[in-house]
Amino acid sequence: MNPLLSAQDVHVRYGSLAALAGVDLTIHDGQRHALIGPNGAGKTTLLNVIAGARKPQRGTVRLDGRDVSRLGPAARARRGINRIHQRPAVFSTLTATENVVVAALPRVIPRRRWWPGGRRRTAQRRAVPLLEQMGLADVAAVPAGHLAHGQRRQLEIAMALAGRPRLLLLDEPAAGLSATEVGRLVELLRALPRAVAVLLVEHRLDLVYALADTVTVLRDGQTLAAGTPDEIRTSPLVRQAYADGVA
Amino acid sequence: MIRRARGAVAALVLAGLVVAPWMVDDYTTAILARTLALALVGVSVALLTGVAGMPTLGQTAPYAAGAYACAVLGSRISDVGVVHVVVAAGAGALLAALTVPLVVHARGVIVLMITLAIGELVVTILGRWRSVTGGTDGLAGIPAVRPFWGLPVLATDQARYLYTLVVAAALVGAVLLLLRTRAGLLLRAGRDDETRLRASGHRVPLQVSGAHVAAGAIAGAAGSLLVVAQQYISPADFGFDTSALLLLGVVIGGTASVGGALVGAALVIAVRDWLFGVLPGHAPLVLGALFVATVYLLPSGVNRARGRLRPPSAPDATAVREHATVPELRA
Amino acid sequence: MIAVAVGTNRIDPYLIPALDGVAYGLLVFVAASGLVVCFGVANILNLAHGTLYAIGGYTAAALLDGGWASLALALAVGVLAAAAAGVLLAGLLTPVAAGNHLTQALLTFGVALAGGSLLVAGFGPDDPQVRVPAALDGSVVVAGHRYAAYRLVFIAVAAVISAALYLVVRRTRAGMLVRAAVDDPEMVACLGVSPARIRAGVLAAAGALAGAAGVLGAPIIGPGTDTADTVLLLSLVVVVLGGLGSMAGTLLAALAIGEIQTLGVALLPSAAPFLLFAAMAAVLAVRARGLAARWGAT
Repeated sequence: MNPLLSAQDVHVRYGSLAALAGVDLTIHDGQRHALIGPNGAGKTTLLNVIAGARKPQRGTVRLDGRDVSRLGPAARARRGINRIHQRPAVFSTLTATENVVVAALPRVIPRRRWWPGGRRRTAQRRAVPLLEQMGLADVAAVPAGHLAHGQRRQLEIAMALAGRPRLLLLDEPAAGLSATEVGRLVELLRALPRAVAVLLVEHRLDLVYALADTVTVLRDGQTLAAGTPDEIRTSPLVRQAYADGVA
Repeated sequence: MIRRARGAVAALVLAGLVVAPWMVDDYTTAILARTLALALVGVSVALLTGVAGMPTLGQTAPYAAGAYACAVLGSRISDVGVVHVVVAAGAGALLAALTVPLVVHARGVIVLMITLAIGELVVTILGRWRSVTGGTDGLAGIPAVRPFWGLPVLATDQARYLYTLVVAAALVGAVLLLLRTRAGLLLRAGRDDETRLRASGHRVPLQVSGAHVAAGAIAGAAGSLLVVAQQYISPADFGFDTSALLLLGVVIGGTASVGGALVGAALVIAVRDWLFGVLPGHAPLVLGALFVATVYLLPSGVNRARGRLRPPSAPDATAVREHATVPELRA
Repeated sequence: MIAVAVGTNRIDPYLIPALDGVAYGLLVFVAASGLVVCFGVANILNLAHGTLYAIGGYTAAALLDGGWASLALALAVGVLAAAAAGVLLAGLLTPVAAGNHLTQALLTFGVALAGGSLLVAGFGPDDPQVRVPAALDGSVVVAGHRYAAYRLVFIAVAAVISAALYLVVRRTRAGMLVRAAVDDPEMVACLGVSPARIRAGVLAAAGALAGAAGVLGAPIIGPGTDTADTVLLLSLVVVVLGGLGSMAGTLLAALAIGEIQTLGVALLPSAAPFLLFAAMAAVLAVRARGLAARWGAT
């Protein structure tokens, strides 16, 4: 059986700087995988390559065994790769509900296809429980631009989930969240349907250990180590890398 | 509360517009009818500039296409106004569709440049394609239309004005309805953050193209109203000063608001017409000074426009460079 | 717009229009390069660019008396006046510098309207006559055809200006700054030069280029009420066709436009109005993908 996602031999250069130098990554359905490593290791770049936001100079990305390397971010999102950004990206003049509705629309199949407004109503129905789960029910009608930073991040998570992802890419989802909000995030991610795979980029190792089944350590654009959280925790190589400089 | 107040104001303005032809002389009525047509073009500018985030200086192109299609083809097909509106909207939409590849990937100041070039080229063609457009002399003696099958021909300035008003109001209503649908929601989302919209799986170029064609259809329909209002058209009606005036009006009106665009565009056009009436020699000088003064005096309008215009979308640090609006200078 | 030399020959009726096209194209290139600098470095769509050209044109018409000295004087005065107008425009733009492209473009349009009106008030509503130096007033024989001497000299001078422009952009520190700015607008902000000064410098340079083009090109695209619009349109088309920021592309596009306007009219008189449009559509459509990649909007 094909893995859900496989990235092979990914190379990305920014000018003379090699951000990724031949990285491989495989994720199966329902796998919870974390990507860790010091700053500048290429974690976000790899996420961008998988999401289609950056074209690698070399390497392929396959989804269900099919090469999606030539597809843009929109086409990949429709095939089930959804993401949240390092800096929360929301539609600032739209209300929280509208944000989630917009994010849900591409994957909505209305019951009555030709009924005007059907797709939007279905998307709306999907948005309400998500907003509740993220603790945003009270601010559902507030323009996203007026929300606090933590709320915006929660909104973006709700948006990513509204797209019915098969693979959820999370770029430091806990950044800027309060302790309670982080707790809620962990709960929510744990409560995701088992079929949803997660690729998590995170500095906070406690979160990684709480959420991930497997971990890849990147350094200088290359895979330093890969394994279960326990293996990684005890790996001398990783300790060394983190001793050299970690956020 | 605010919505109700706004509705009341809109109703009052509409009532005022309905009775206006009995308050003023025929000449002013004709001018008012033309202003309505231009305000409708202003709505299409607002749709692109404010709602879709593509500032445009070229909506005179589909406007001209609609007007000339109506004057050249429409009168041969039928003398029914509704048919003319459809023909003109079709012509405007067609021209917009043809120019979609030129603008769909451009943003910001580059869209301004490309749309301006398109508008000016259309005017150049109108001026030179004598056999069809009458060249710079324009087309005169365009036959009068009847609004609908079975209705009498529009023979007076009042009748022409009221016809213009009804069609313009219907089209503005259609735009307002459109903006309440999913399409409107997605356009606003795209203006806020196009990259995010793409990351959610939306086909952004398709939406941008759709907005462009829709705005072209509206401007084209406005062209048919101009033909009715003036019964004469020439390339001078579609010059680039008209585009700039409409854009100024739309900015005054708050960029993304349809009502604001109507009022702003009508105001700017009225000021121009009035200036050219009272100061035949120095109107451009005063108008230019007013332009500069308005840009200075509109902090709120400017700020709102700034907040609403599509930002140079920067999703994350690595992508910022890809989004620089201007490609490298390769000497 | 341009007086196409009537073919006075039997051997090759298209040589003269082709030469005219080169003259026309180089003129448009010099004018358009000012626009490129303006939007490339300062990110301003300067709708008053044609007016800056017109300043040069009117200066030429007023000062040229058929002697060489008057040409030198007109060139100096025209360049200075247009550059000064550019600086004035930069000053007017300062209060809205933090605004968006839209308000800036609208402001430059207001300046263009007012400036055009002032030029008409100062020089009269009729298109003035331009007298080229007497020595260049005749015609010379080129490959068996008679050709206006001024245009031939103009081609040489404009070619020199173009080459100088290339060298400045390519080799000097100012040129490096320009290229850096076009590459990465944020980088210039880091250099510690005040944006207001950059704007003033850029618009002065754009004005100088437009003014020089206006003086030297006055016998080709002469001053008049439509001049500003014509030059602005041609510059815009050339800049868009040339790939929005590439000097070499702009030059090629300018020469192509020149040939379309002259040779194209001679070859296909009925299709001529559409040739410009078709050229722009074709180039942009063909390059849409590449441009999309560069503007990051796939």
